[in-house]
Amino acid sequence: MSNATKSILLAGVGGQGILRASDILCLAFMATGLDVKKSEVHGMAQRGGCVTSHVRYGAKVYSPIAKKGDVDILLSFEKLETLRYLDYLKADGVVIINEEEIYPPSVNLGDAIYPGNIEVLTSRYFKKVKCVNAPDVARRAGNARAINTALLGALSNELMITDDVWNRVLKESFPQKTLEANLQAFNLGKLF
Amino acid sequence: MPVLMSGNEAIARGAYECGVRFGAGYPGTPSTEILEEFAKYEGVYAEWAPNEKVALEVGIGAAVAGAKVLVTMKHVGVNVAADPLFTASYTGTNGALVIISADDPSLHSSQNEQDNRNYAKFAKIPMLEPADSQEAKDFIKLAFEISEKFDTPVFVRPNTRVAHSKSLVTLSEPEPPEDKTAIRINAAKYVMVPINARARRVEVEKRMQQLREFVETFPENRMEINNPEVGIITAGIVYHYAKDVFPDYSYLKLGMVHPLPTGMIREFAARVKKIYCVEELDPFIEEQVRAMGIDVTGKEIFPYTHEFDPGVIERAVTGQTARPVDLPALTIPPRPPNLCPGCPHRGLFYVLGKLKAFVTGDIGCYTLSYMKPLEGLHSCICMGASVGMAHGMSKALKEKGKGKVVGVIGDSTFIHSGITPLLNLVYNKGDAVIVIADNRTTAMTGMQEHPATGFTLQGEKTRALDFTVLAAALGVENVRVIDPYDLKMTRTVMKEELEKPGPSVVISNRPCVLFKRFQTGAAKPLQIDPAKCIGCKMCLGLGCPPIAWKKFDDMPEDQIRKNAKKQDGHSFIDQDLCNGCTVCRQLCKVGAIGEEVSANE
Ligand SMILES: Cc1ncc(C[n+]2csc(CCOP(=O)(O)OP(=O)(O)O)c2C)c(N)n1
Repeated sequence: MSNATKSILLAGVGGQGILRASDILCLAFMATGLDVKKSEVHGMAQRGGCVTSHVRYGAKVYSPIAKKGDVDILLSFEKLETLRYLDYLKADGVVIINEEEIYPPSVNLGDAIYPGNIEVLTSRYFKKVKCVNAPDVARRAGNARAINTALLGALSNELMITDDVWNRVLKESFPQKTLEANLQAFNLGKLF
Repeated sequence: MPVLMSGNEAIARGAYECGVRFGAGYPGTPSTEILEEFAKYEGVYAEWAPNEKVALEVGIGAAVAGAKVLVTMKHVGVNVAADPLFTASYTGTNGALVIISADDPSLHSSQNEQDNRNYAKFAKIPMLEPADSQEAKDFIKLAFEISEKFDTPVFVRPNTRVAHSKSLVTLSEPEPPEDKTAIRINAAKYVMVPINARARRVEVEKRMQQLREFVETFPENRMEINNPEVGIITAGIVYHYAKDVFPDYSYLKLGMVHPLPTGMIREFAARVKKIYCVEELDPFIEEQVRAMGIDVTGKEIFPYTHEFDPGVIERAVTGQTARPVDLPALTIPPRPPNLCPGCPHRGLFYVLGKLKAFVTGDIGCYTLSYMKPLEGLHSCICMGASVGMAHGMSKALKEKGKGKVVGVIGDSTFIHSGITPLLNLVYNKGDAVIVIADNRTTAMTGMQEHPATGFTLQGEKTRALDFTVLAAALGVENVRVIDPYDLKMTRTVMKEELEKPGPSVVISNRPCVLFKRFQTGAAKPLQIDPAKCIGCKMCLGLGCPPIAWKKFDDMPEDQIRKNAKKQDGHSFIDQDLCNGCTVCRQLCKVGAIGEEVSANE
């Protein structure tokens, strides 16, 4: 009953550039001649809440959202958010985790504990788990906001999209002013 | 070359391509971007109206003058616009009128999850339901054709997933617009007094009959016969969810959900063995198919509530949940949305939360203040409800309510539907303090202009409404203006106004921190001096995202600075998030918060 559609779930916190990253990802799939759909929810979620974006691609994509247990790659922009969406992954799903921690209000107020060992826990259930210190990569690339391109770089290792296509799409997506840093962040992200 | 577009962008494009040059609406997730995108096209006139009722009336007027008009709103906006809607169904539209009702199953950004297909049936207006961005663009054109052909308003109903998903769209050459506007007086058609309306009422039923015939050959009602064992009747994006998990079943995909093509449904039923009606929210199609005497499976297995996804449908049909990995039950702290660092609402609601009053609230970013730790808002029903409720509450409580009833409403919401209830409060001698949380924009939906901002949707300068003058004109004698960054002033003014008998209006005046128009270089972020912090947690009471608590238990011994006996930690401000609004500094009794910290850090 499965079809060949693949799914990537991007998850994180409002303001981390997730929607931008998923737009770029879609353009890259389009450039390789595939059908692509993405879905996210705007609105309330932007005010520091959870943000997710589903990106699905293949010869012919129906639903823009994936069902639980059917996601190929979870690209998590924030450590804790990884846990929230693990149940979306397939058994052989790949997890890419940004090591950044953003405390939710209950943790800030000391009413809840930010779970420890998230990477270890995730590795217990999924074979391929990669951790990226994206803020560090972005800073080294010269633009602290390039977290999203750094993570796209790490993600690109899991996808069959050529460097050529990535370069073209990144060039279309950023103004001259920030392009260099974003290309750099992408390339550094690829080293993970 | 197809382009990647959201459903909302595609709706705007579709309207433009088929020669529509007039749009009106009121913002509301998930509909907002339609008019914002439409307004950017060459030669277009588009406006934000103060509310959906006005937007629709503007649309009806333009259509009666002969224009092709797009009116946009979210699902609950149709409640506000319902009065003109039902009678516009009688008058017909002359030009063409398409109304977008953007529904929000799962209440991603709404106060309820009503199924607006019911409005189509109730008001006797046809409704189309696109499944993706390409259909969003195509269906808009079809909707305008139907509106012109049948002289009726037409609904198009995207839901949140259609509006905000992106998929590939093939663009077409825009048709040149045609100016058909003129003054044409036709009292029998447009003056809905009983004698005329009775005649039009009959026309409505004739039109519905013609539409019932039309839908039987409407090409967007589509039958896909594959496996004849199982047939699925569905519409909109739910079709894609179902195709995802059951690509081989047979489908009757309805592009138009009102009226239904009964002949086609009968034919489908004859060609497949078992039928499922798969639809989010109400059993709208299902009940009508059952009424035709056709046996279907529907809401006995599919949920009534919240949006579907492929998994929901698969689970309902197969009874099985795909759980490829047996994950442990995890306790994950929730991450609710929060007011931004430096949000002007925070200081206001900090004060309101401490008043021991009932604060009737309203809808906007400030609604988030109901949560811990602010807890400064105690109700939220619909736009504008705060003012009427405050009045009703003060009347019911009588002496018990003296100085204890406050209504809070945002600037955009006040203009939307707070003015008439304020007039009522004065007229019927209520006793409540109404606070207008004026952050100079419609922040919740992404910074739309409104009549008090001084600008139109298309960026033209215009007259700005003055709330103090308006309140005075409505008969409010006590009108005060406060700066919500100044806690002392806010507290003092609120107490003074609550003590006075009769209505007061307090305008909480400070622009939204995210609003670029008012941004004047960021203030310096503040810090907490561990050498001074006594761990009283007063600053944490603001629930400001950069302010966090650091437990001594989690700190290395040599960094611990104990300044009070029972202190077990200290507060801490994340420099990257703080925008230096200084509200927390006003709460610190020991002066531990400042731009610099003492040198011995
Ligand atoms: C009838 C209706 N129309 C639209 C909306 C969507 N909506 C919710 S709040 C809001 C306006 C908020 O603006 P404002 O009152 O200025 O408060 P702010 O968010 O700026 O604090 C809108 C448009 C709605 N909930 N109901």
